Amino acid sequence: MSDLISQLSETTFDEEVGSAAEPVLVDFWAEWCGPCKMIAPVLEEIADEQVGSLKIAKVNVDDAPGLAQRFEVMSIPTLILFKDGQPVKRIVGAKGKPALLTELSEFI
Amino acid sequence: MSAHHEVVIIGSGPAGLTAAIYTARADLAPLIIEGEPSSTSDQPGGQLMLTTEVENFPGFPQGVMGPQLMADMREQAARFGADFLTARVSRVDFSQRPFSVWVGDSEGEPTYLAESVIVSTGARSIMLGLEAETRLMGHGLSTCATCDGFFFRDHEIAVVGGGDSALEEANFLSRFASKVTVVHRRDELRASKIMQTRAQENPKIEFAWNSTVEEILGDTKVEGLTLKDTVTGETRNLPVTGVFIAIGHRPNTDLFVGHLELDDSGYLITGADNSTTGVAGVFACGDVQDHTYRQAVTAAGSGCMAALDAERWLESLQD
Repeated sequence: MSDLISQLSETTFDEEVGSAAEPVLVDFWAEWCGPCKMIAPVLEEIADEQVGSLKIAKVNVDDAPGLAQRFEVMSIPTLILFKDGQPVKRIVGAKGKPALLTELSEFI
Repeated sequence: MSAHHEVVIIGSGPAGLTAAIYTARADLAPLIIEGEPSSTSDQPGGQLMLTTEVENFPGFPQGVMGPQLMADMREQAARFGADFLTARVSRVDFSQRPFSVWVGDSEGEPTYLAESVIVSTGARSIMLGLEAETRLMGHGLSTCATCDGFFFRDHEIAVVGGGDSALEEANFLSRFASKVTVVHRRDELRASKIMQTRAQENPKIEFAWNSTVEEILGDTKVEGLTLKDTVTGETRNLPVTGVFIAIGHRPNTDLFVGHLELDDSGYLITGADNSTTGVAGVFACGDVQDHTYRQAVTAAGSGCMAALDAERWLESLQD
């Protein structure tokens, strides 16, 4: 696991996402979700390449069901991009790196 | 410069990975272009990546998890020198040898040149074709029961379809949901006996027979289905918060239109007792050419056939 990617909990979420200077892409995932595991390495690569322009964080929906509920996540993986603490973009379902970067391009 | 390979395998389900194991053991150093992550079955590892327990793959008396089985097959191929590329093929040209395969940009020089190609791109789930599907995907509408079942704890949900995969999803989802309605357009199931019995004995599963889905209701999340009775023509609403679609599969053959021979349903046509296509040196295996059996073990078996056919064909070139 890349040390650039932090795990968010229900108590740390607002502080970490709200105080970040750059946009934060939050990955809602779980251990039992195959497609979530497949995008994990893709997210690590993006985190490495976008240092300074994008932060990536993870929410394990088993550990933080309240956050999944709050953001109405009903399918994983769901990626939500936060800017100044507000959700601005939502990507549902696993995608390859080129497709993800295209979806994120207007924000980073 | 295009990289040159003896064997390029397109697709990485049980067929592609078995072909990879055989061709790698034959020292042909295959390149497997395995696809890209996705939440549909069109992804590295194929349809088994979206299943849980596989009970009928020989050699696993206690069953095996689908994703684990695929990870093991991949590792087995890698051990003998198979090379993997996690990307999607964008274009092929089989009109002359070596064959051309493009990844990413489909203009200009091909990414790879191959003396032989094994096509094992499999099949993916069909959707209903309703406008609401795009709007509600991920908001109660799902193609991956194992990913999303968790979010429907104590909800009433529906599974559309009547085959083995529909009943398997219904059974799996009944762990979470308070009630699962299986919506099927006929009055009998296509599924195997063991799956039917299991579903019928499950107290949380109900059936809506002779019913087709006219509409998925809800603006921002699924609120129900409008069902039409195929006998009386009457419509009724079924209030559900989740909908899982399992109405069958379509072969992933868009890439090969105009390059290989397809049947009326879009499946690749192969020889009666081998894996040959109309193009010498291009072989096909697994669900992309099989609309009859469609099992992991038959896919694996046909992957072995394709590998041996490719191997013999490459040898014949040297004579």
